[in-house]
Amino acid sequence: MDEVLLSVRGLVAGYGQTQVLRGLDLDVAPGEIVAVLGSNGVGKTTLNKALSGVVRVGAGEIRFGGERIDALAPPAIVAAGLIHVPEGRRIFPDMSVQENLELGSFRRGKPNRAANLERVYATFPRLRERRGQSAGTLSGGEQQMLAIGRGMMGEPRLLILDEPSLGLSPLLVEEMFALIGRLNADGLAILLVEQNVMQSLAVATRAHVLENGRIVLSGTGAELAQNPDLEKAYLGM
Amino acid sequence: MFSPDIVIAAVLNGLLTGAVYALVSVALTLVYGVLHIINFAHGAILTAAMFAAFFAHQAGIDPLLSVLFIAPAFFALGYAVQRWIIGPASHGDDRNILLVTLGLSIVIENVLLAAFRSDTRSIDVPYGFSVVDLGFVFLPMPRVIAFGVTCVVAALLWALLTRTDTGKAIRAVAKEKLGASLVGIDVTHIYAVTFGIGAACLAVAACVLLPSYYVNPRVGTAYVLVAFTVVVLGGMGSVPGAMIGGLLIGVVESLSGLYFGESLGQLGIFLIFILVLLVRPTGLFGARA
Ligand SMILES: Nc1ncnc2c1ncn2[C@@H]1O[C@H](COP(=O)(O)OP(=O)(O)OP(=O)(O)O)[C@@H](O)[C@H]1O
Ligand SMILES: [Mg+2]
Repeated sequence: MDEVLLSVRGLVAGYGQTQVLRGLDLDVAPGEIVAVLGSNGVGKTTLNKALSGVVRVGAGEIRFGGERIDALAPPAIVAAGLIHVPEGRRIFPDMSVQENLELGSFRRGKPNRAANLERVYATFPRLRERRGQSAGTLSGGEQQMLAIGRGMMGEPRLLILDEPSLGLSPLLVEEMFALIGRLNADGLAILLVEQNVMQSLAVATRAHVLENGRIVLSGTGAELAQNPDLEKAYLGM
Repeated sequence: MFSPDIVIAAVLNGLLTGAVYALVSVALTLVYGVLHIINFAHGAILTAAMFAAFFAHQAGIDPLLSVLFIAPAFFALGYAVQRWIIGPASHGDDRNILLVTLGLSIVIENVLLAAFRSDTRSIDVPYGFSVVDLGFVFLPMPRVIAFGVTCVVAALLWALLTRTDTGKAIRAVAKEKLGASLVGIDVTHIYAVTFGIGAACLAVAACVLLPSYYVNPRVGTAYVLVAFTVVVLGGMGSVPGAMIGGLLIGVVESLSGLYFGESLGQLGIFLIFILVLLVRPTGLFGARA
C-alpha cells in the first residue's frame, strides 16, 4: 500500500481506569473494505468511537488523509470526512426521516444537500416513501437504512459501519451486504465491524481480528476465511 | 353565579397572565428537555433581567425598547455561563449540574440583595394605566402587550426549532446525544445555545412584566414555582406543553380567584395540577413512559 486513508498506530483507549484498546494498529487504503471482527466486548465499538472522537484517545496516533485526528473533537473529524454510523442506529426518533437525513449534512456536504438527498432516496426508495414519517416509528431495518443514509449525507471519505446487520432478518442481511458492496464499488472506503463473519470476509478486501485490545490476526478476506486460527480467536481459546 | 361577561373577562385576564407564565415555563422546559437538568438558577436569572430592565428604565429607556438589547445580552450571558461555568464545573454529572445551578442562584440573589437591599421598586410607564376597551371588559394595556410579545416569541421559537439547522440540532441533541455528535453537531455549543435561549426568554418575560409588576431580589421565585407546576403539567421538556400549560394555569388561577376569592386563586392551580397528574402522570404533552 503506497497510499493510506486511515492509519492507526499504537492506539490505547478505554473508559476511566479500564483500558479496552491496548496498542492497536490498523490501516485503511482508499477504496478498501476493511473488516474488524472479534467476539462481544473486545472493543470494536470502542475502536470506532475512538476514531470518531467520542472516546478519548489515551495514547497512540490516528492519521486520516495524512492529518493527525486523535486530539480532535467529533465535529472536526466529521468535517474531515470520517463518518461513523453507530451501533444501535442512534437516529433522532421524534424527527421525520427527511429531517434525520438533512442533519446528516449538518457539518459536511451542506452545499450538495439536495443532490445527496436525491442519491440517498435513490439508494433507499423505502426512505423516500416514508420521508415524512417520524423516524422512531420505522421498522428496525428501515432505521438501519436511515442511519446509513444519514451517514452518506455527510459525503464520507471513510464510512465506519458498526454492526449494520444487527437485528435484521436473513434476507435483509443479504441486502445489507449487497449494499455495502455497491457503496464500495462506487469508490467509498469502508471500515466494517460485524458479527456475520463469513459474509464480512466475503465482501472485505482485508480483515483483522481483535482480541485483548490488539489485532491478533490479519489477512485478506479470503485468507482469513481459510485460516483455522480464526475460529480459535473468535472463541477465545 | 356570575354573569357571562364577568366570567369571560376573568378568562381573558387569565390568558394575559398565563402568557407570561408560558414564557417563563418554556425557558425552563427547553433547558430541561435538552440538557436534562432542572435549572435552579431560573428564578434568579428572571430577577436579574428585571433589574436590568429597571435600570434601563432609570436611564430613560422603556422596557419595550430595552428588551431589544437586554434579551441578546442575556442570551450571551446564558451562553457563557453554561459553556464556561456550569458545563466545566459539573464534569458531565447531572447531579453536579443541579448543585451548580443552585449555587449560581444563591450567588445571583445575594449579589442583588447586597447591591439593592430587599427594597421593592417599580416603574411608571406612559401606558401603565391605559386599557384596551373590548366593550364588556377593560384589559390592562401592559398585560395585553405582554401577551402580544409572548405570542411573537413563541412563533420565533417555533420557527427556530422546526425550520433552522441550529433548531434541529437542538432537538437532535435533546433526544440522541451520541447520534448528534456523530453528524458533527457540537453538543457543548448546543447546550450553551439552549441555555442562552432560556435566559433570553426570561429577559423578554422580565421586560414585559416590569411595567405592571415590581422588582426586588426575590421576585423571580414566585414565578418559578408556577413555572415548575406548568412544566410538569405540560409534560417535562415539551415546549407546546409549556405554552398551553402556562395559559391554562393563568386561566385556572383567574377563575378560581373569581369563585373562591382572590386569596385562594392559587388553590385552583394545585387542584388542576393534581387532577391532571392523576389522569396523565406524564403531563398533558409528555411522552407516554
Ligand atoms: N461507556 C462505557 N463505560 C465503561 N465501560 C465501557 C463503556 N462502553 C463499553 N465499555 C466496556 O468496554 C469493553 C468493550 O466494549 P465495546 O462496546 O467496544 O465492545 P464490542 O467489541 O463493540 O462488543 P459487541 O460486539 O458486543 O458490540 C466492554 O467490556 C464494555 O463493557
Ligand atoms: Mg459493539
